[in-house]
Amino acid sequence: MERRVIFNNRILPYFLLAPQIAITLIFFFWPAGQAIYQSVLRQDPFGLRTTFVWFDNFQTILSDPLYIEAIQVTFTFSIAVTVFVMVIALLFAVLADRQIRGAQTYKTLLLWPYALAPAVAAVMWLFIFHPSIGIVGKALNTAGIEWDYHLNGIEAFILIVVASSWKQIAHNFLFFLAGLQSVPVAVVEAAQIDGASPWKLFRSILFPLISPTTFYLLTINLVFSFFDTFGVIHALTRGGPGRSTTTLMYKAYIDGYVNLNLGLSAAQSVILMIIVSIIIWVQFKYVEGKVHYT
Amino acid sequence: MKRALLVLTLIAVFALVACAAPTAAPTSAPPTKAPVVEPTKAPVAQPTTAPAATKPPEATKPAAPTATTAAATKPPAPTATTAPRPTPPPGRVTVEFWHGLGKPLGDILEATVMDFNNSQTKYYVDAIYKGSYPDTMNAAIAAFRAGKAPNIVQMFEVGTATMMAAKGAIKPVYQLAQETGVTIDPKTYIPAVRGYYSEGGNMISMPLNSSTTIMYYNKDVFKKAGLDPEKPPKTWTELRTMAKQIMDTKSSTCAFSTAWLTWAQFENFSAIHNVPLATKANGMLGMDAELKFNSDLHVRHMQLLVDMQKEGTFKYGGRDSAPEPLFTSAECAIMHTSSGFRANVTLNAKFAWGVGMLPYYDDVPTAPKNSIIGGASLWVMNSPGRTADEYKAVAEFFKYISQPNVDAKWHQSTGYVPISLGGFDNTKASGFYDKNPGADIPYMQLTRTEPTENSMGLRLGDMPAIRIIIYEEMEKAFQGQQTAKQALDNAVKRGNELLRAFEKLYK
Repeated sequence: MERRVIFNNRILPYFLLAPQIAITLIFFFWPAGQAIYQSVLRQDPFGLRTTFVWFDNFQTILSDPLYIEAIQVTFTFSIAVTVFVMVIALLFAVLADRQIRGAQTYKTLLLWPYALAPAVAAVMWLFIFHPSIGIVGKALNTAGIEWDYHLNGIEAFILIVVASSWKQIAHNFLFFLAGLQSVPVAVVEAAQIDGASPWKLFRSILFPLISPTTFYLLTINLVFSFFDTFGVIHALTRGGPGRSTTTLMYKAYIDGYVNLNLGLSAAQSVILMIIVSIIIWVQFKYVEGKVHYT
Repeated sequence: MKRALLVLTLIAVFALVACAAPTAAPTSAPPTKAPVVEPTKAPVAQPTTAPAATKPPEATKPAAPTATTAAATKPPAPTATTAPRPTPPPGRVTVEFWHGLGKPLGDILEATVMDFNNSQTKYYVDAIYKGSYPDTMNAAIAAFRAGKAPNIVQMFEVGTATMMAAKGAIKPVYQLAQETGVTIDPKTYIPAVRGYYSEGGNMISMPLNSSTTIMYYNKDVFKKAGLDPEKPPKTWTELRTMAKQIMDTKSSTCAFSTAWLTWAQFENFSAIHNVPLATKANGMLGMDAELKFNSDLHVRHMQLLVDMQKEGTFKYGGRDSAPEPLFTSAECAIMHTSSGFRANVTLNAKFAWGVGMLPYYDDVPTAPKNSIIGGASLWVMNSPGRTADEYKAVAEFFKYISQPNVDAKWHQSTGYVPISLGGFDNTKASGFYDKNPGADIPYMQLTRTEPTENSMGLRLGDMPAIRIIIYEEMEKAFQGQQTAKQALDNAVKRGNELLRAFEKLYK
């Protein structure tokens, strides 16, 4: 199965790889290195006074009960988004994978949300769920159900989970659908001839066969919900009410961008990097053992 | 396969961390803001004339103040097609000016700058929009670190402490005046403005756009509730009684709400009642200031809001300017917010409305004092390779915008308060306030007394973050998770930690 290209010239492969490596080094590794460097410094915003403080910033942030609170919020949020997204996307993919009329239209429509920027998506949700100008929000309040995510932390949390997930569902759907369609028809037909029920078919044949896709999406969704949900939170709740939607990422933004405490913010970025590296390592070490690559 | 996937994922993680690191991309990922939740502390005004930049140069003489008197009562003119930014003419000393005002205010600012450029032939100010205030601030900081700072940068009032502490990065305005020999007289400015941007009687930054918080009320609802529509509440006791009457008579679904909870109900509340928000004259006399907004009076005020929320006469509508639509949509009858909200109300309110000064507690003998400003000022930035001519250009520009007729025009076309006595007199003489009743209330409130050390202004490090802390703790109190006293004690404790961290940066 494995395809190999043989280069006769020893330098050519390196030459072809060079742009990608350069981009990776300049835009990813260098800034990440800067973050690590900055995290052991105490510096005013303009860089006029710099003190090397060893791990003071880490000590400050890790002994801050609010940071621990943000860690809890982040993990709850990430797990909620990941589970929600994957369950819904898989359900849609299974439904769209069948021979139904207009399947192509459904597929296209389901992909649309992915084209939206998170902040734009958030504004749309705002117009739906804002307690006084949102269509649903207003209807809920008129119907006597108190709905105000500016004040109710749980409502705010649910709102950002749903808003963040909505966009990501499209992306997951696409991958699940591709995974399902790559399952050989012969295998499915064989199971059907053997009298497998649709649930049995899914449980014993399809789901195991798309496990590489599931595993990939699990990783991507966790990383997405850790980092890429800033726009939604900023546009909808700004981390509030209280601190009920302040994730690690949002806290790093507040401390670095609003508060201009670069050292503290950099320390948080480094901690984030470590947390996510650990998550991925754990996934590759333990979860991947159950994945079946073809 | 496995290894490749691991490597790819790790690269993705690095990429995302890189975006998260503040130092890595100081100007990247500007938070895209939703139009509805974007703070509109800056007034939204409607220029009736196209920006001067799009007119032929000979037509851009500063117009008489009366030319725009009707600005606030007309719907916005169709936006002029965006002309490419004019390029600096050769042979002139050109200086860069980064600002944080979006449309339409930014257009008015750029038109003012063009008026200056056309008023003489030696200097040229190149005004460039850099995004919101925090974006502009971060852009200027990044540029300074790269040795490419703009000559002038516009900075919001809560960034004052950070800028003032950045000795070496900025040139104080009084020093600029001394070095260039251009007269910039601080005495032309009203005390509440001058004091905010001065240190030891010396002007550090150049005032430009200022506003303050006032009260808007729905006259139709007042009438319906049997209240005198010409008498807005003067004290908090009156406000509560009136709010009750509005709710009891079912004249409105919400009686009272406040935008800018921190600015209106903490910063201005403290100034008006002459109680300290922080020690050391609210930080003006030193970085070792400590927050004091958990005093009995502050607790009493926040408890009042919590109680009113429980009885249904107060509605918390979110942070910053988020509650403002509650007033224009006729949901809440009374709203405390920025004086700059006026243009928005003029445009969107389909009911009779009025404005008044913020209420106070009449049993506090020191009240009412003048309120304090918000808004932004202009800072002169240093950078390697600056010439004396460039500083001279900056000084001439500052002198130009400090003229009474320029201030008056700016006030009338934008909705910001006049920052100079001359600007106010000029506007009054033009009959602007007769045509726009109540437009002078913010100025009156700002100047009603001589500023005390509690009503001069604020100079606290990390003020934006302290505001967020207040929101967080008060939101918990409004949810009933803690009392007002606990909320304020917590906020003071957390805020003081920030102040100490800020102080440490400069030790």
